[in-house]
Amino acid sequence: NWPWTPVPPAGEATYDNTVCSLCPGNCGIMVRKIDGRPVKIEGRSDYPVNAGGVCLHGISAIQYLYDPSRIKAPLKRENDTFVEITWDEALDMVAERLTEIRASGSADKIACVTDQTKGTIPGLFARFLKATGSNNVYAMDTMEKTWEITLEKIHGGRSSAGFDLENSDFVLSFGAGLIEGWGSPVKNFKINSSRKERGSTLVQVEPRLSNTAANADVWIAAKPGTEADLALGIAGVIIKESLFNSAFVTASGKGFQELAAVLGKNYSPEAVAQTTGVKAAKIIEIARDFARSSAPIAIAGRGRGMSAGSVREFSAVHLLNCIVGNINTKGGVWTLAAQDYEKWPAVEMDDLATAAFEQAPLDSAGSMAGLFTNAGKEKNIEALLIHQANPCFALGDAGSVTEAVKKIPFVVSFSSVMDETTQEADVILPGHMLLERLEDRPSGAGVAQRVTGLSRPVIEPLFNTKNPGDTLLELARKMEGTIGASFPWESYEECLEAVTGDLWAELSDQGYAAETATPPGGGVKVDFSFIVKSQAPVEMEGEAKDFPLVLVPVDNVRISAGSLISSPFAIKTVSDNVLKGKDLLVEINPETARANKLSHGDLAVIETPKGKATVRVNLFEGIMPGVVAMAKGLGHVLDNNKYVGGKGVNINELMGPIVDPVSGLDAAWGIRARLSRA
Amino acid sequence: MKQDNHGKNHKYGMVIDLDKCTGCGSCMVACMSENNVPFKEDETRKKDSITWMRVYKLTNGKPFPETEICYMPRPCMHCGGKGDHGHSPCVSVCPAVATDYDHSTGIVSQIYTRCFGCRYCMGACPYHVRYFNWWDPKWPEGMENYLSPDVSPRMRGVVEKCSFCFHRYQQAKDRAYVEEREEIEEQEYQTACTQACPAGAITFGDLNNPDHAVHQMVKPDPHACGKPRNPKAFRLLERLETNPKVYYISERDWVRKAGDNYLEGEWEKVKNNHDKGHE
Repeated sequence: NWPWTPVPPAGEATYDNTVCSLCPGNCGIMVRKIDGRPVKIEGRSDYPVNAGGVCLHGISAIQYLYDPSRIKAPLKRENDTFVEITWDEALDMVAERLTEIRASGSADKIACVTDQTKGTIPGLFARFLKATGSNNVYAMDTMEKTWEITLEKIHGGRSSAGFDLENSDFVLSFGAGLIEGWGSPVKNFKINSSRKERGSTLVQVEPRLSNTAANADVWIAAKPGTEADLALGIAGVIIKESLFNSAFVTASGKGFQELAAVLGKNYSPEAVAQTTGVKAAKIIEIARDFARSSAPIAIAGRGRGMSAGSVREFSAVHLLNCIVGNINTKGGVWTLAAQDYEKWPAVEMDDLATAAFEQAPLDSAGSMAGLFTNAGKEKNIEALLIHQANPCFALGDAGSVTEAVKKIPFVVSFSSVMDETTQEADVILPGHMLLERLEDRPSGAGVAQRVTGLSRPVIEPLFNTKNPGDTLLELARKMEGTIGASFPWESYEECLEAVTGDLWAELSDQGYAAETATPPGGGVKVDFSFIVKSQAPVEMEGEAKDFPLVLVPVDNVRISAGSLISSPFAIKTVSDNVLKGKDLLVEINPETARANKLSHGDLAVIETPKGKATVRVNLFEGIMPGVVAMAKGLGHVLDNNKYVGGKGVNINELMGPIVDPVSGLDAAWGIRARLSRA
Repeated sequence: MKQDNHGKNHKYGMVIDLDKCTGCGSCMVACMSENNVPFKEDETRKKDSITWMRVYKLTNGKPFPETEICYMPRPCMHCGGKGDHGHSPCVSVCPAVATDYDHSTGIVSQIYTRCFGCRYCMGACPYHVRYFNWWDPKWPEGMENYLSPDVSPRMRGVVEKCSFCFHRYQQAKDRAYVEEREEIEEQEYQTACTQACPAGAITFGDLNNPDHAVHQMVKPDPHACGKPRNPKAFRLLERLETNPKVYYISERDWVRKAGDNYLEGEWEKVKNNHDKGHE
């Protein structure tokens, strides 16, 4: 062999099963090892979520594991650099600082942001905050939250949405990227693949020919931001032509007549055709096809569903499910009760904690976007704990969020990579990566069948990192008193075993616990009057006269856009029509290009009310004229990872949050923009 | 020496359902991870970005909103050459026998230690499946720990391409030998891309074996060098008579038409003419 190329050592090949925790999909994976050294990740074919398939990010976990740009030991900020310290020093620093903040009566100004709220690690964070006296735990604003709010407003009671897409014969998707990573990505790939054999139709509403639109049976290019109007128009036709499920509507509905009147008056096919740009005949055709199917589902949540969207849009879409009565039926939308396998003992709280916990949260809607918009205004955050979230990159108006985070006096990150938010931390308590880490993974992401997975270590930690669960237990012990007493477990593993209770045996034995997929029993009430009430659309920022174009973010399945940063493998697969050298390409119709005197590959400046950036131009016939599409998830800084960092532009620097009037979450879906030759 | 693909010889091939492919890129990454394909700082110059499996995006070229797109994964076609005798375009030109046709499997090999980098094969290959190593591969410190011992990393100056994960065939054969079996089962030998594809768009197996899914899907014509008898199936640049072992399936006319460069009016004549062999 050649001495300058590596010779991978041979050895015995073995496989270990675990569960991927890189996204809410939680696929079963197996790790191929040579002499105990992980070399490859493959899908677990006996796993109920993904049945053998695996996405490119999951396979790339092997690169995340060995990535030399990981944080290898606890760090503290000293002026503008980070200095390595011991775990003891790091935990002492954090414990002392949080104790001081509590003593000064500001325990309610401690906040925590995590990737999700379910599972025992987020559970430990919430518990830790409660024991210190704060009810400020925030997760990203996603479609799951908006669905919960929509279901609550329409049906009453707290439930999360499950979509039985496998058994549906007609899916009407309002921008949901079913094969772009929406919900549980691999599961939805599989469901989509079997569509033809199952005789199921997919209709995709989107201003751009996304992969989902291209794969769908029908693509409807509605003007961006008019999805709610289109849904209401379709509902109007179904009601007018008496194609709705009258037995269900009469038995369960309230305010149906008023709704029917409003739809008849304001949402005739002709009026909706004007608003949406979709022909009236097409609206009628879709309405008939939808209503005449045996198990139709209408879904909302654009792209991957990682942004919240407006409640008006979600409730208009869900209205379609309601009028055909396809709620809690096979092949319908399910209102799932909260998963309750976690059995936590009561939190012990001292007087300080009890008093502080009573205070109003920093953002009343529980929106992470809202938390940082409020920070630095009337309510200051005194300390911020960050676990698997990257608000300085992933939230709208990322620049302002970064400024807000810089103002927070004490920031603690549990990240294992130096992302944009961790860059602003004062102390870093680095966590294990997937493959080193124990963690339960409850399902979410709109699946009908719930599968709780157990992600477990298949290798000893490569660096001086800890499971964030263990870090929190040690931190609590150092803070003593009732805080320490609230965390009686020796280790995170012991805590996981105790808290998962009855489920533990199954989890630890087969690596997952799957519920059978049966629709929730019991009737469901429908309050149609809510839909009549929520009428104001969420408008884009900016004036049309200054910014004639509409910029929309696009979820590209090969680029990770949330707290997870793309791997070198993933970046390598990205088309040179999306990323060329260090330049991001925005997608426009050739007609838009002509109007703006641009050709393919030209350097151009894109400007929005929030900011501007230099990009290149990619001409694509499949996008509506006047719309500019830009991939999410590029533009990471990452100084010590040149394979991924410094490429492209972060769209969140060009877009700002828009507060939804009903949910208080960020409902931004686009922004006005202009494009000119650079 | 008898050199044909009939009798007991295998003819491993792949069928890719383009109506199922979603362009997700799993096959590309599964391949990179399986075969120790390196990466470098800038992978956007696609001509020197080594991707044994590459997914192309095709469009029907029609304006909005009649536009359609289709993703087309492209591994090595493992051509049988004219008459399917093993004279693949690349094999025919290699002066070093660094790339050769294996008559027992139909797989076109690439032997890096023989290759001296003349790149004739790259010029000869009509499918652009071959890549030249302009640089030595370099993994960031620590990442070489994920390299698999089953596939040797390539050095600068040699050409590389998809091997249909030949090492997996060898492993399956070894296992069968230990278990004193003559033949390996369909599921025992599958490529990394086939295994990873979340959409189930890729099917792999022995085109000579009527029990294998690939055979049933394309119904290869034994009298026309394996030309598909399924009218929805096609091979790329069929008229070159390279006889690829990678077949594509699509219900869409324009996608099948994109499999070759047809003269005006020519497609209409050939499109429903699949049951006829080569002239």
